[in-house]
Parts: sequence; C-alpha cells; structure tokens
Amino acid sequence: MTSQPRTLFDKLWDAHIVTPETEAAPAILYVDLHLIHEVTSPQAFAELDARGLPVRRPERTKGTLDHSTPTLPANANGQLPYVNDEARAQVDTLRANCRRFGVELFDYDSPQRGIVHVMGPELGLTQPGQTIVCGDSHTATHGAFGALAFGIGTSEVGHVLATQCLLQRKPKTLAIEVNGALPPGVGAKDLILHVIGVIGVNGGTGHVIEYRGSAIRALSMEQRMTVCNMSIEAGARAGLIAPDDVTFDYLRGRPRAPQGDAFGAAVEEWKRLRTDEGATFDREVRIDARDIQPTVTWGTHPGQVAAVSAQVPGGDDADDAKARDYMGWEANAAVAGRAVDVVFVGSCTNSRLSDLREAAGVLRGRRVHPRVRMLVVPGSEQVKREAEREGIDRIVRDAGAEWREPGCSMCIAMNGDLVGAGQLAVSTSNRNFEGRQGKGARTVLASPATAAACAVAGEITDPRPYLTTQPAPHSAAQLETV
Amino acid sequence: MQPLTEVVSRTVVLRERNIDTDQIIPARFLTTTQRKGLGKHAFNDWRALADGSPNPEFPFNRAENAGARILVAGRNFGCGSSREHAPWALTDLGLRAVISAEIADIFRSNALKNGLLPIVLDGAIVDELLDQPGIELRIDVAQRSVTLPDGRVAHFPLDAFARTCLLEGVDQLGYLLKQDAAIARFESTRLEQHTQEFRHAR
Repeated sequence: MTSQPRTLFDKLWDAHIVTPETEAAPAILYVDLHLIHEVTSPQAFAELDARGLPVRRPERTKGTLDHSTPTLPANANGQLPYVNDEARAQVDTLRANCRRFGVELFDYDSPQRGIVHVMGPELGLTQPGQTIVCGDSHTATHGAFGALAFGIGTSEVGHVLATQCLLQRKPKTLAIEVNGALPPGVGAKDLILHVIGVIGVNGGTGHVIEYRGSAIRALSMEQRMTVCNMSIEAGARAGLIAPDDVTFDYLRGRPRAPQGDAFGAAVEEWKRLRTDEGATFDREVRIDARDIQPTVTWGTHPGQVAAVSAQVPGGDDADDAKARDYMGWEANAAVAGRAVDVVFVGSCTNSRLSDLREAAGVLRGRRVHPRVRMLVVPGSEQVKREAEREGIDRIVRDAGAEWREPGCSMCIAMNGDLVGAGQLAVSTSNRNFEGRQGKGARTVLASPATAAACAVAGEITDPRPYLTTQPAPHSAAQLETV
Repeated sequence: MQPLTEVVSRTVVLRERNIDTDQIIPARFLTTTQRKGLGKHAFNDWRALADGSPNPEFPFNRAENAGARILVAGRNFGCGSSREHAPWALTDLGLRAVISAEIADIFRSNALKNGLLPIVLDGAIVDELLDQPGIELRIDVAQRSVTLPDGRVAHFPLDAFARTCLLEGVDQLGYLLKQDAAIARFESTRLEQHTQEFRHAR
C-alpha cells in the first residue's frame, strides 16, 4: 500500500485502522480477537446491560476462568474450594454473561480451559497479523506470534464487546535487538529479566517493543511467549516478534488455526509480517546474549534484577533502600545463599510444557528442601494432560512438591494460593511488587530451572550445576530421611 | 462521566517511585463485580502497621488530607497490572487528578475513562511538589495548566480528544457507537480477506 519501508508494528497498525487518528481524535483500531476472564469483565458486561447493547461480534470474544479459580480439585461433593463466596460469584457472573451474550467460554468442563495467555496460543486462536486485546496486562504474550496484542482496562473491554474497536493513539516503537547465543543453562526468562534490568521498569513506556536479533530467532515459541509476556514489566503495552518457521510450525494443526490449504495460504500472508529493510524505530537497544547469566529480581519491581552470582546493590538510592528493606536484604549482600520458603512454578510467563519440563529436569531424582513449600501449577488443562503423560506430575510429587490444577494461582494470589508475610518466594511469575503474592510476601522472579534449583537447595542458587549433573543414585533416598 | 473543568485542592504526596497498581489496590480485593466502594481498600497494605492498626504517618490516614483531590506521586505511577480497579479506588477516595513525572500507559488510559486526570509535569517541578505536601494547586483542564501557590504556571500534555472528553463529560463508548457505519464498512471490506481464520475459530 506504500513503498515506504515499514516496521512490523506499522503493518499491524495500518491493517486495523477503521478511522485514522487526527489531532482531534484518536484512531479507531479494529480488534480481531478479544479474550476475557472473570476478573476484569463483569463491570463491562454490566455497562452493556445498562445501555441495552449486544456484543457486536460474539464469535471474536473467547472467555476462560483463571484468576479467581481454585487450583485444588473439587471436594467429594463436587464443590470447588473457592477462596470466598465473592470469587465463586465472579466465576458464576462470567458464565452467565457468556451464556446471555453468546460468547464461547472455556469452562471447567472444557478440556481446553487455561490461563488466558496460555490457552489462546495453544488453541491456535492467537495468530500472526491479528490485533488481540484482553483486560489483562500480560496480553503482550501473544505478540510472540507477530500479533499486536496489549492489555486494556475494563471500560475498554466494554468498548470492544460493544463495537469490536478501541480508540487508540499510535504508540512509538522500540527495537530490542539481542544477538549472539545464550550461554548454556541460560533461558528466555533470564533474557527478559536482563532486558528489563537494562532498559528499566519504565524503559518501554509509550512504546511497542519489537524483539529482534539472532538470540530471539533461536528461541522456541514458548520461550518467545515468555519474553513478550514481560514487555509490560518494562512499561511497554505490547511486545512483538516477527513470525517465522518456528511460529508456523507451532500453529500447524492447532484446532483453531486455519486447516489444510487455508493454512498454507495463511502462512504466505504471515510471511509478509516483518520489519522492512530500512524501516526505522523511534529507539533501538542492542544487547549481547553472551552477557546474560541466570538472572533473578532482588527488589520490588521487575527492573531490580541481578545475576544469581552477583550482589544486591548498595548505595543510597531511596527506592533501592526501600526495596532492600522490604525484601530483608543488607546492602551489597550476595544474592545466592538467601534462604527460600516458597517456590512457585506457574503463571502466564512460565507454565507451559517446556517450562514444566525444565523444572522437572532439575527435580528428577531430587527432593525439595524440607523448609521449602513448592507449588507447580500447569498453565492449562492441556499442559496438565501432556505433562502427566510424560510423568512430570510424578517427578514433582516424588520431589515433595504440590501438583495443582491450572490457573493463575500464586502469581496474582487472589484465589487463596498465598505466600505468607515475611516469607521469601522464588517464583517463575512476572511481578515482584510488594505484597503481590500475599500481604508482606517477598518475591524473587526466576526461570523455571532456577526456581526448581532453589527449591532443592533451600536457598537462592545458580541452576547450572543442577542442569549438567544428575543426582547420585541414592541421594534422593538419603534426603528423604532429613 | 461528569465533566471535569477545574480542580482546586491541596495535594496529598506519595514520594515513592514506581507505585504499581497492586499497591493502589491489592489483588485480593478484585473479586468484586462492582465499580464502586473500592476506596476503602486503596493502598490497603500501606495504610496499616504490622499489627493491623492504621499507620498514622500514611498520608491517606491523616485528617488534614481528607477531601484532597490531587495526588502527587513519584515517577512511573500506576505501572503493572491493567486493573481499572486502580482508578476506581482512587476516584472513590475523592481524587480527581494524579501528578507525576511519568505515568504508566494503561493506568493513564483507564484514569481518563473515569474522570481522573493524569498529569505529567517536568521532573523538577514534580520534585518541588513532592517536597511540599499539602500546598494548594489549581488545575485548569481547558488551559492544560497547573497553577502553583506562588503564581507560577506549569503546562501538561493532554491530547485534544482527552481534553474534550473531560471538559464535556464525553462518554467514549457513546462516541465509538456513533462510528458504527465506519466499523461496518471496515468489516465488510478488509475482513472479507480474513474470514478464514474465524471460520475455524467458531
């Protein structure tokens, strides 16, 4: 449509403009796929009710239950152990709204229910070239497919339900180019924590990020989702990766992806979704993958990161001091060696099959340290089934960890899965804010491998020795007697 | 939405940078299906001391701040979760404006839909405001200006559409609904090429 070189973001934006922006009014942007869950949708449906409006395109909205849902199974009477009646009512409200407005809901009886950002890709609902929104800031996850995906508020959920559109000002673009090979034992979570550490917790504000470079191309689809998922933790509403064969191979055969000849035709379209040679970004940041080590957060926002082998910063920065105080660190303390109370493997960042395999690879033949409580929460019913088929549930249970039902669980900690006040949790989730995992809880964000290694060691530790060595034949039995 | 033309009020100050929406309204209060009544949970975990009693030092617990309508906060206010419960909680406290050197994107968008004016000012001026809690400011939406007690005037960015919406109480959903013809046109043209994806998505 234009000969001027365009970024991937420009192409996605241009293709969805109903009305271009002017000085007087924002653009009207068309939404291809709208995902909803129980927490941020009830007030939006109430707005439709108040105005007597239908859902404009019910087939473009898909619902799931994930945030308020228990991760323990139903009791003998078939009752799910909700944290309170309000949580149960919230789930019932979404169920009723989906029924009344004709929206497909992946309910408890669906073998495909899952955390919204695990389920969409897994089903092939998420596709390159789409605009995807959800009342959830981790919607950026879907950008891993070359979709423009971002979180919205509940008023905007109402806008999309009623009009399939949003009023949007065009954001700026930020290229984050990561080149070189990640060192052995270093993964996508370490990469994105490192990136956020480099650009800062507000480094992406006002921008859409495109992740580029050989280190990004080398990532699997699930790893790319981990990277894009945390774009918002640097302040960027959306993060993108251009689709390629890795993307197309992932989508082929997914139940909601195009099938047969239509898939081939779609791939030909999707191949055009890349930043043109000569297109420019508003900002560019280059990172060398070889510099990245196993990385964790030490503070109370995702930009306060350190290599596991490094120290917590000293200095008199007021925010660093406040974070050290909340987290219980001395200035310049070594990150490794800090005692751990809880380990959580799960969340839309790291609850996919490859994440669970990574954790299980560390846990196999080992025991979770006696002082540690460890939860492993698969991201969807499908992930749970596949993991159980591989025996991952048994490895988790044999190690002394809990194997739960799918949901957001301890990441947002609104379903009763909580970390206690003052306890230190190593979590594969995305936010280490004060009280995020429970009032007074202290969170250290880490990769699945690091989290599992910390569970075994009972303290923050470098995962690499656990990845390269298998436990001695009798060590599991010996540890059981501790 | 009620029109918002002017806010004249003393300020409440939270100096912290990167105040995330989990601090503004912790997740365990999100099981509600209502918009109203969240003010009592705003900054819940900062309001109480370890023994559960109210922290007398916390600004929103102090009598002199009752009725204040302007919050001045450290840089990158409202980062994190997209929960609109955050501006709902703040407006339920009576706030109508938040001033910071930087405001997170999603919070900013949500605030504007709830008559809560997000104001980004130059860092040096925000630092001054952070150092003087309780001073009276006058915010003029039409002029996009904040007047300090000594008469100095600072201007803030506010796009024309957001400004009109605030001044006239324009309901954004109502605005979008009026674009029905353009939306229908878009659907019938571009989407014809893309029906395949949703033929399978049923």
